[in-house]
Amino acid sequence: MVQKLDYRKETPSQTAGPYVHIGLAPGDAGFDIYRQELGRDIAGPRAQGERIEIQGQVSDGAGAPIKDVLIEAWQANAAGIYPGCGDVEPGFRGWGRVIPDFETGEWSISTVKPGRVKGRGPGLMAPHISFWMVARGINVGLNTRLYFSDEAEANKADPILNLIEQADRRDTLVARRDGDVYRFDIRLQGDKETVFFDV
Amino acid sequence: MTQPPDLYQRDRDWHPPAYTQNYKTSVSRSPKNALLSLESTLSELSGPTFGHSDVDPLDNDLIRNYAKTGDPIGERIILHGRVLDENGKPVPNTLVEIWQANAGGRYRHKKDTYLAAIDPNFGGCGRTLTDEHGCYRFRTIKPGAYPWRNWINSWRPAHIHVSVFGPSFAQRLITQLYFEGDPLIAKCPIVNTIPDQRAIDQLVAALDLNATVPLDSIAYKFDIVLRGHRSTYFENRPEGN
Ligand SMILES: [Fe+3]
Repeated sequence: MVQKLDYRKETPSQTAGPYVHIGLAPGDAGFDIYRQELGRDIAGPRAQGERIEIQGQVSDGAGAPIKDVLIEAWQANAAGIYPGCGDVEPGFRGWGRVIPDFETGEWSISTVKPGRVKGRGPGLMAPHISFWMVARGINVGLNTRLYFSDEAEANKADPILNLIEQADRRDTLVARRDGDVYRFDIRLQGDKETVFFDV
Repeated sequence: MTQPPDLYQRDRDWHPPAYTQNYKTSVSRSPKNALLSLESTLSELSGPTFGHSDVDPLDNDLIRNYAKTGDPIGERIILHGRVLDENGKPVPNTLVEIWQANAGGRYRHKKDTYLAAIDPNFGGCGRTLTDEHGCYRFRTIKPGAYPWRNWINSWRPAHIHVSVFGPSFAQRLITQLYFEGDPLIAKCPIVNTIPDQRAIDQLVAALDLNATVPLDSIAYKFDIVLRGHRSTYFENRPEGN
């Protein structure tokens, strides 16, 4: 016998189910209860940098939009600083929650484009937003990242994108700029299945 | 700038796998490719923070936070516990959010059509920050079991959905807590997505007679464990793969 390692085990995950809105976005479940719901404004009114909009859908193995998904986004400000890790603009939260339209499955996020953040190595990572999503049928929340199509140079050098061996799978993480809007579709299965991370 | 230390790797055998045939919705919502393992960067190790300006004192009292004409119907309970990490260290000032059905098993949600009655005095959600010792506390009513479409005759055990943050975005967790002694736990396809019985047991809140309010509310205790941080900083370690 040896001594016991007295680590605890992480609480196991369970699906958020179809009614996640009640807890995290009750206004969308159909009732007002809190003075303010959290995560409705990622960047705040005083954030510096380029204002952007991101639109997308999350789709299942049949290609159907997942209408009961809840996505959380986490990003640095335009200077590449995360709240809690340095000074950011007052009201810049860096974190937001979004749910899609119940009819169409389309969601959209308004924020500012994040700056580059230091990676593990000496270099900088390309601008990106971390995503975490839960839904009915998702047993453990899925982590992925959004990169920007107009940052081709930075993306090419990004250490995380370069972990993905098949070049075409890297594209699943790159939001396409179309005018003022970035399009970011997340596919849970199929040909263009999005790359998800074990973070 | 100092970066937060790495997290312990998530034990994927302790969590449910993505594809769980008996929980049918997972079949078309489970990625087929292996997750890509990432050594954490600041993007995963940092995370949003919350403060007392975000939540109101009544937000953790589900008996009162939506009441219109009186108290909600059902068994009054205290739900309390601590948020810890895998090292047993308390996680202070972190946001805990819960949601649940009413005593009849009905959710206040425009998509829930179960025939059990809506309770006019029960919203079904609450939120709070853990204190400096990682403790949290809610007052609510015990949710009812409800049927759902998986097999023809599938019933969810009474449960409360729980969402927790922790200081790092990679600690983000959503789970469900069940109640000691409920015979439906063992039969539930969602519970049984978890392969290890000891992990299932970790989701069962214990009856806690020490925490009751005598002649008022019975109590259950539910501790939540988030991933632990390593004690060293990655910047001190050699780079490379
Ligand atoms: Fe539920």
